[in-house]
Amino acid sequence: MKILVCMKQVPQKDAPLKLNESGTWIREDVSYEVNEPDAYALEEALRQREKHKGEVVVITSGPARAQQVLREALAKGADRAIHLEDDKFVGLDAYNTAKAFAAAIKDEQFDLIFTGLQSDDYGYAQTGVILAELLGWPHATIIMQIERTEGGIRVKRELEAGYFQFVDMPTPAVLTIQSGINKLRYATLIGIKQAKNKPLKKVSFADVQGAVGENLQKIEKLYIPQKTKKTEHIEGSPGEIAKKLVDKMRNELRVL
Amino acid sequence: MAETILVVVEQREGKLNRVSWETITAGQAIAAATGWSLEATVVGSGTASIAAEVAGKKVAKVYAVESPKLEPYTPDAFAAALKQFLTAKQPKLVLMPHTYQVRDFVPKLATDMGRTVISDCIGFRHEGGKLVFTRQMFQGKFAADVTFASDAPWFATFQSGAFRGDKAEAGASTAPVETVNVEIAEGVIRNKPQEVFKEAKQAVDLTQAEIIVAVGRGIKEQKNIEIAKQLADALGGDLAASRPICDSGWLPMDRQIGSSGQTVAPKLYLALGISGAIQHIVGMKGSRAIIAVNKDSEAPIFEIADYAVVGNLFEIVPPLTEEIKRVKAGA
Repeated sequence: MKILVCMKQVPQKDAPLKLNESGTWIREDVSYEVNEPDAYALEEALRQREKHKGEVVVITSGPARAQQVLREALAKGADRAIHLEDDKFVGLDAYNTAKAFAAAIKDEQFDLIFTGLQSDDYGYAQTGVILAELLGWPHATIIMQIERTEGGIRVKRELEAGYFQFVDMPTPAVLTIQSGINKLRYATLIGIKQAKNKPLKKVSFADVQGAVGENLQKIEKLYIPQKTKKTEHIEGSPGEIAKKLVDKMRNELRVL
Repeated sequence: MAETILVVVEQREGKLNRVSWETITAGQAIAAATGWSLEATVVGSGTASIAAEVAGKKVAKVYAVESPKLEPYTPDAFAAALKQFLTAKQPKLVLMPHTYQVRDFVPKLATDMGRTVISDCIGFRHEGGKLVFTRQMFQGKFAADVTFASDAPWFATFQSGAFRGDKAEAGASTAPVETVNVEIAEGVIRNKPQEVFKEAKQAVDLTQAEIIVAVGRGIKEQKNIEIAKQLADALGGDLAASRPICDSGWLPMDRQIGSSGQTVAPKLYLALGISGAIQHIVGMKGSRAIIAVNKDSEAPIFEIADYAVVGNLFEIVPPLTEEIKRVKAGA
């Protein structure tokens, strides 16, 4: 099985974010990490390869810093990597990101493409499904289990409110992977060493420009959300905070 | 001719998903702001009773888009049916709830039509003839104003809880219902879905809990869960968690609060080390009161907290537990 994993670099979860001067994006001088569901997508691809042989290829788009995500994936066991490297990729909407990916892999033949179910920055939850449509492939979203069957795969979709559903589908297919589908592995020392010699192909913006058009939606501005609730800050030593909170619970919330 | 807003309500196995009323409310608000006409659609097989239910609301018309191939749900059939219907109908704006089902087919539908979806919106504004949608980004740390830069039909989905379903206005008279039969060709549907099921038994029902103590990533290690458990015990409340904690197996999945877990509305929700990702917030923002403890003063959980404690939960929680025990003992 040949599997492509789409990965994204996003700001670290607790990194303090600041707006840029034009209020259209964040300032880039923050720490980054791999988008969490994408890490699970990679892990699932590696497990599928361990079961069925084949190849795991990882792809990302973004500036030079995004290469770190690919390096880590190679260290964990991915076979090779593709980096669509340019600052311009950061501002693409989901439709154009999917278009760029489709153009970059047009000469490859994958059986499966995995993405995380959504990203921690934009949070569109769309790129994987759009990519499937552009390729003319079937897809399934929010996947918690994948098994190979005669002529295809059987996947377990997570529905809302604790419900699930198995779906049989043919390959090639695109699957968006839910966090928690598996247990993540760490890169080993030997893996990190080997990663240095694994192929990492760079694709420039010019290489895929023909496929990419104007964004279909535009972020006019980014801002700190207006608070709709009045929040009271409770301060002091831990002992004082405890007393104040208990007072609130007793006299205002009446739960004690 | 006036432009049309079309709300696609969600049905599953013949039942209306209540979140659809929120989308109707959103549609009514946008119709009031723009002067556009509001219509609704239900997609499926045997949807007459749902269409009739929706027709009681203040909408100009309800369409039942029907084909036997729409049951059970598949993204292929839903996208094909709606593409046919929307291509003929040409609404300006198509609204849906941001459910797992909509997420599964609407990006495909829009892409097939060469259009785009502004997903997971929490509000809208109509300014100088332009529709601006608000959505959260960076896990709720920022809000973004987003506009369409492409031709109609425009697609937007609304986050659960962004509008109030009980505010959906009833119509002065019942709206007319038109059945639109669509053809779905052989071979369009590629996926074969099996029966929907619930995993084992949901041992814990948190929806009725009066007090919930929930832990997030800030708890750091499994053994630290005990600190939260002691607080929950002292309060006579239930222990719950955000998704990452259940993913790690530190608490069972049936203790999970959020879009993929339970939706709760206790009298008191104590969030310990929970940053407040959207997926968690949609499951607990209906709580009567929220106390949040987090070391990051910019954590989005504080946006919806009634009482905010910025600090180290390992220092703050144990004395709180002791104080509660002391007060409860009548000291």
